[in-house]
Amino acid sequence: MNVLEAIGSRVIHDLSYVGGLTIQFWSGLRSSPRVLPFTGRRGRWLAAMNQMAAIGVDAIPIVGIMSVCAGFILAMQIGSELKRWGALQYVMDTVAIGFTRELGPLLTALVVSGRSGSAFSAEIGTMEVTSEIDALRTMAIDPIEFVMTPKYVAAMIVIPCLTILSNAFGILAGAGFMYMTTKIRLSMYLHYIYNSIDLQDVLSGMLKSLVFATIIVNVGCMEGFRTRGGADAVGRSATSAVVRSTFMVILADAFFTAIFYLVHKY
Amino acid sequence: MISVTDLTVTYEGRRVLDGVSLDIEPGEVMVLLGGSGSGKTTMLRHIIGLERPTAGTVRVRGVDINACSRKELEGIRRTMGVAFQECALFNSMSIEENVSLPLHELTTLADPVIDIMTYMKLASVGLGEAGRLMPPELSGGMKKRAAVARATALDPEILVFDEPSAGLDPIVAAGLDDLILLLKRAFHMTILVVTHELASAFRIADRMAMLYQGSLIAVDNKDSFRASTNPHIRQFLDRVPEPIGQSVAVHNRFQELAGMAGAKK
Repeated sequence: MNVLEAIGSRVIHDLSYVGGLTIQFWSGLRSSPRVLPFTGRRGRWLAAMNQMAAIGVDAIPIVGIMSVCAGFILAMQIGSELKRWGALQYVMDTVAIGFTRELGPLLTALVVSGRSGSAFSAEIGTMEVTSEIDALRTMAIDPIEFVMTPKYVAAMIVIPCLTILSNAFGILAGAGFMYMTTKIRLSMYLHYIYNSIDLQDVLSGMLKSLVFATIIVNVGCMEGFRTRGGADAVGRSATSAVVRSTFMVILADAFFTAIFYLVHKY
Repeated sequence: MISVTDLTVTYEGRRVLDGVSLDIEPGEVMVLLGGSGSGKTTMLRHIIGLERPTAGTVRVRGVDINACSRKELEGIRRTMGVAFQECALFNSMSIEENVSLPLHELTTLADPVIDIMTYMKLASVGLGEAGRLMPPELSGGMKKRAAVARATALDPEILVFDEPSAGLDPIVAAGLDDLILLLKRAFHMTILVVTHELASAFRIADRMAMLYQGSLIAVDNKDSFRASTNPHIRQFLDRVPEPIGQSVAVHNRFQELAGMAGAKK
């Protein structure tokens, strides 16, 4: 196989992967109303609630710890530079804007990708190798609606909530740093933060978190549905789910940040 | 009821099924026999619509399942029950949740009615008191029976079994044979059983078909089958082992490994 053939083969493979993701995403989106309470099928909303607990509630401690650490690190790194220019108060702006626009959604997505993306893939991959997915198909039950959509609906609700929590934890860590270095009290710090961030900053972060949720659920489930073989294949799928979803989250982040930058500029 | 015509399946250039044709009549038990790798499970997966063939058609109740709409296929699947070789019970659900799943998903019956129907299905396979157990808590035979209860939950017209006796002791396997015969008698179901267990096959079959290296070499009633003089059927029935190391491929590979002249690369 020459270089051109290798590149062509890789491009076809990647395009078919993206095509598969798009079809799966569309199927998941179309079946979402059947998961919602009152309008949905019985049992689906309960499944979505269980997923909300697994994806969201169980991730609060790790998201909280990571956000506090990241907020404190960011404040210290920026503070050490700004202190030389006597502009330490700008640490507050940087932490607030940095978290609401960027770090909150990204950190949350990375945590959820590592915890839940791999879990989705392992769960569905195991169902695939034990013929449970085939059993669903033979019972005329759509595996995407039954297995993926409750996860998708749950992620679309809890990942933005986790992102808000991450923003709060990161900004509070900044408050801790400012209190230790300049004795600024929390109320004054929060007042400053309130004036320094726009609604647009928060909304852009929320939009990113919805996109990240879509990527994590779709890639995790896709890797699960593509699992063939035995236990080792399930492990490979879980690893692949984390690697691919993390990569796609970063790509999407770069894309959306560029879009928001251009929108702000003009 | 089921009509397979010239079914051909090729995987990566290898022909797994080669123009197989088979008709299964309503109300009969058809046993599909064949050694490991003969294409039995591949044929079953095509009959239940899990795979698309390279060529040929599979008609269930007159509908070509590879050319029909998704709605039609779902309608056909609702009239079929499938008990997989690995049972395919949902490990995160109890046995009664497994059995009631199709009733919850595909009917508008009230929950108390579903509870009664679930208990009836479980009781009919002797698992009336095991409904609360989880699949890992069941023995192999109990799992198979639970899979049958789930497959019959919607009272299907067609029931498909993939290796029902595999991995079971003779007593449990005989119990499963009785269950299959009971389902046929009581509900007049059309039953397709894929197996290589001869004792079980001769006990339950109305007719038998045999696959050999992807081709259907016989379709007959069990008495004619037992008296067959076809060498491949005789080898299977008389349990004559395949001579190891006599195939051309094995011979060539040995020569290749030994670095002998004339080995084919």
